[in-house]
Amino acid sequence: MHKRASLFCLASLGFGLAFLYLPMVILVIYSFNASRLVTVWGGWSTRWYAELLRDEAMLDAAWTSLRVALLSAGAATVLGTLAALALTRIGRFRGRLPFSAMVYAPLVMPEVITGLSLLLLFVAADIDRGFWTLSVAHTTLTMCFVTIIVQASLIGFDGSLEEAAMDLGCPPLRTFLTVTLPLIAPALASGFMLAFALSLDDLVIASFTSGPGATTLPIQIYSQVRLGVKPEINAICTIMIAVVAAAVIAASLIAKWRDLRSAGTGLPAA
Amino acid sequence: MDMTSGRRGDAGRRQFAPWADPAAQPLVRFERVAKRFSGHVALDDLSLDIFEGEFFALLGPSGCGKTTLLRLLAGFETADSGRVLLDGQDISPVPPYRRPVNMMFQSYALFPHLTVAGNIAFGLKQDGLSKSEISVRVAEMLALVRLEALAARKPHQLSGGQRQRVALARSLAKHPRVLLLDEPLAALDQKLRQDTRFELKELQARLGLTFVIVTHDQEEAMTVADRIGVMDQGRLVQVAPPAEIYEQPLNRWVAGFIGDVNLFEGKVALQDVDGVAVDSAAGRLRAFSTDKVTMGDTVWIAVRPERIRLVPARPGDAAPTGNAIAGRVADIGYLGGVSVYQVALPDGTKVKATLASTTRLTERPIGLDDEVWLNWPADAGRVLVR
Ligand SMILES: Nc1ncnc2c1ncn2[C@@H]1O[C@H](COP(=O)(O)OP(=O)(O)O)[C@@H](O)[C@H]1O
Ligand SMILES: [Mg+2]
Repeated sequence: MHKRASLFCLASLGFGLAFLYLPMVILVIYSFNASRLVTVWGGWSTRWYAELLRDEAMLDAAWTSLRVALLSAGAATVLGTLAALALTRIGRFRGRLPFSAMVYAPLVMPEVITGLSLLLLFVAADIDRGFWTLSVAHTTLTMCFVTIIVQASLIGFDGSLEEAAMDLGCPPLRTFLTVTLPLIAPALASGFMLAFALSLDDLVIASFTSGPGATTLPIQIYSQVRLGVKPEINAICTIMIAVVAAAVIAASLIAKWRDLRSAGTGLPAA
Repeated sequence: MDMTSGRRGDAGRRQFAPWADPAAQPLVRFERVAKRFSGHVALDDLSLDIFEGEFFALLGPSGCGKTTLLRLLAGFETADSGRVLLDGQDISPVPPYRRPVNMMFQSYALFPHLTVAGNIAFGLKQDGLSKSEISVRVAEMLALVRLEALAARKPHQLSGGQRQRVALARSLAKHPRVLLLDEPLAALDQKLRQDTRFELKELQARLGLTFVIVTHDQEEAMTVADRIGVMDQGRLVQVAPPAEIYEQPLNRWVAGFIGDVNLFEGKVALQDVDGVAVDSAAGRLRAFSTDKVTMGDTVWIAVRPERIRLVPARPGDAAPTGNAIAGRVADIGYLGGVSVYQVALPDGTKVKATLASTTRLTERPIGLDDEVWLNWPADAGRVLVR
């Protein structure tokens, strides 16, 4: 009885994983394909990676994407945290419900609409589209995700810790920086990572809000694929997978290290 | 500051009663403070003076406003009306982080990301003390609560009792003018709680600081405090030293809240130099009264169970001002050191009498269902008019 149940579980696990990762595995394998034809296996090679290094447009796009993702994830983390603080701390202020609904709206709003409205805004304000408009747009998109993550950790936060800090002579701002922030830092880090990944991945909003000077990686890949899939695309995608995987692993290692440090016999904080 | 020399020895402690001195200036004064939370009254026009060096206990049932009063002094609540004075200064406009008052929180509120030493040093760092001064003071505090060996631990690696001591050390580190303790022992188990009470009292006497403790445990308040303020529904019902509260409760509620008590209701029948005689359902009872009573008033006589003697036969008429009533033993509770006898009177009311277990050894033991006489001197009873 038990054995059958676990066999079923194993099967579903295997099926689920295959469903999730098979396409990626195929993509990774084909990025090492020596053949120029994407669907024909021609032996192992790293020539497409070398080719990639000579593709100025692709490298430019990657660099743009990285800068936009870092900038917008940083801004979204700051703004999202402030919104979460307002929603959890300022008791029941007038207009709290509409405010929280407005913060969450971009979560369910079709991206096409967000992108189009941002485009209209930038056109109306006569702002040249490019790196900065794209960063603003991605901040708008990702901020609400940060808010949700940070809000969850603030709700579980023991308010008497802040009172204790103030009782011991710590003014409110310093209390926030020395007590609250260190304790909600894991939520901020995961919010930042999520925002970073969302920005890196976005195609729809980027295509509305970026200009000729600021082509992101997804836009570049998409426009090249429309002309036919080149093995080079597989290579850049493999690199993206590696970067994201490295970030996820780093994040979990940091979390583990924090646990170890707090459980171990560290020196008293100076 | 030398932490080992007490300001006030045992002899000094016995005479310590600044509240009785009309010229004494209080350290803390609550002046007609009121506080309500969305219509619900937490503090109701309350006034209280607390003196330098005093160990004051706020005692009352859960929800009566004890914590609110402490938070008012710490600065986390503002009074709707009335003033809070420290050293004669109105501290209402002073934010919590500038008040020379520290609080030990009921939940301890230790910073989970800091070590024991880091927690204790936190308040000192806010004062901008030098590193060496801080480490000296932290070491002093660790020694005070005997946690030297655990300085590098994080709060989650400590037992409940150890956490309690860290919280105490952290709140003492800045040598506050007043230390506020909100149910500091509530989270400890029975045995540890009893030991810690005495440590707390000893610590306060040694440091000569002013402590205000909040508790709903009357035994705890009686053990540690110089004075107890008994609170009910946002008001102070009685403020007095423990012995006075116990022996001269102001009304029936205080008498019942502090320890066990037997209450006999009756009408005043006689008043003379020997005290008052009251006709109750159990017969005519004699007691002393400090309140003014008039004939025919309905009053209650409060008698503590340990003041009642149980005798097998009617006591002789040696003491005409004494009380003797007959009853039947309905229940005996053996508590080790003492036994609690429930004696049923003919009219059905039950009277509690506690007897030290040792005194029974030489006498013929009194058993269940025995006919007995309850006997107590007039001065063991106190007349309550409310
Ligand atoms: N922040 C608050 N909001 C609403 N009601 C409160 C708040 N703090 C205390 N109260 C209410 O005020 C009363 C007194 O509370 P408290 O001072 O905590 O009592 P105690 O410490 O004696 O148990 C309680 O009825 C409690 O529900
Ligand atoms: Mg309380």
